[in-house]
Amino acid sequence: MTTTEGKPVRCEDVAALLPGAVDANEPVDFPVQRHIEGCLRCQAELARYRRMLRGLQLLRTQYLEPAPGLLAATLVAVTEASERRAVRSILTGKRLAYAGAIAGAVAAAGGTAAALLVARAKRRTITV
Amino acid sequence: MATTHDDDRHDVLAELVAAAQRGEREAFDELVRRTYVDVYTLAVRLTANEEDASDVVQEAYLRAWKGIRRFRGDAQFSTWMYRITANAASTMTQRRRRQQATHIEDVAEPVEMRLEHQPEGAAESAAALEELSIAVSELPPKLRAIIVLKDVYGLTHEDIAEELGISVAAAKVRLHRGRKKLRDLLYDDHGRQARAV
Repeated sequence: MTTTEGKPVRCEDVAALLPGAVDANEPVDFPVQRHIEGCLRCQAELARYRRMLRGLQLLRTQYLEPAPGLLAATLVAVTEASERRAVRSILTGKRLAYAGAIAGAVAAAGGTAAALLVARAKRRTITV
Repeated sequence: MATTHDDDRHDVLAELVAAAQRGEREAFDELVRRTYVDVYTLAVRLTANEEDASDVVQEAYLRAWKGIRRFRGDAQFSTWMYRITANAASTMTQRRRRQQATHIEDVAEPVEMRLEHQPEGAAESAAALEELSIAVSELPPKLRAIIVLKDVYGLTHEDIAEELGISVAAAKVRLHRGRKKLRDLLYDDHGRQARAV
């Protein structure tokens, strides 16, 4: 049995491919499949990888016990973060209100000053 | 039957997510209560350190609370939490690696995984699974993350690559290397079990 490049398939070649080929993550050439079908050593190695993957999938259903205070600590951390966000939001709102008020006052003062200047200029023109 | 139970659970979680997205803190707290053991388990498997895992859990839920409105519901809430946890654990692992350079004596030993319960009729013995857990925790952090996220939790290469900040091709290469390394930790050169089970 040979690879697509015409070289004979060796067990070492198969061993290098198995981590990716075990769940069809990386497809293998037909000669490699043929080698595995006829090689007890490679079949055993494939079986090891399959057992390992099966075990890893089973780990998904094994839960580890957290430290007793973790839930409470997590909820407190989320509460504190929420409060910080709320305070920040209020401060941002207040800052915007202050900025708006200042801008309004400046605009009003500017408008008044401009009106006074225009009125004074008109008076001068009449006097002259 | 398990499917019906799972469907019910997903429905309840979906309702809680919708309420949390409307800003109801109690709903989010309930989501935390219902999922934190699962998230903690993933965090321990990713960090191989119980203390770091607790920090990762808190960080993951803080990020989830901040981003809950962005959760579109096209994936399950648990999958979304896995992705956030993977990202938080990756940040933690990188921070630890920087600390290790200066404080090597503080490096935690691989955690011995304590299993809370075993499903009945499991194909593998409890002892074999515990050995597998320990072997996973002994993998280098980058390889461990890929093995846990892909082979244990079934995340896609695309999701894993995005959360770990690597390319899909790099994720595939790491998966290949991780499986080979794990196999070498479990079996000797002759294929015999390398660990007493």
